[in-house]
Amino acid sequence: MPDINIIFKIAGVGILISILNMVLKQADKEEQAQMLTLVGVVVVLLLVIQLIQRLFHDVRAVFGL
Amino acid sequence: MDLGVFLGIVLLAVVFLSLLRQTRPELAVLLSVAAGVIIFLRLIGPLQELVRTFEFLATQAQINLVYLQIVFRVMGVAYLTGFTAQICRDAGEGALALKLEMAGKVIILFLAVPVLVAILESVLRML
Repeated sequence: MPDINIIFKIAGVGILISILNMVLKQADKEEQAQMLTLVGVVVVLLLVIQLIQRLFHDVRAVFGL
Repeated sequence: MDLGVFLGIVLLAVVFLSLLRQTRPELAVLLSVAAGVIIFLRLIGPLQELVRTFEFLATQAQINLVYLQIVFRVMGVAYLTGFTAQICRDAGEGALALKLEMAGKVIILFLAVPVLVAILESVLRML
């Protein structure tokens, strides 16, 4: 996956989540807003964990750890 | 492998980080982790060639490869520990960063023990 896309994806999810949270707060659905934040963090975490897995694999290969 | 790629990635990440810090600080931490990892993944190729040239030089100079491998392992541990410790500091967790660095130092010492033993043996043999 071209690496620059990952940054755009994470930033997009972040911005989307913050906007939707504002909308939900207007509509007095506070708990849904919290749920949405959780969903956002989980999605971004999955993306980042794949990246970290690639990082550790490559570092292990290069440095012979 | 030109500098422009890294500048672009870092500047882009900084812009998005400043945006995310106010609204979603936890996503900002994840974004900084992702940017750091992306930059390192791009460095893997040249790093591999560097390691190969060092190994070639070591074989030329009849240096025992075991010691070179220990040096590379120590560099790997040091890099990963520093990388993660800095991320902890960015997220405001100074205490965790210190503990992680302490763990890294212990591991590096643990890796360096064979070299110390070898040096002492050669010194004692000379005396």
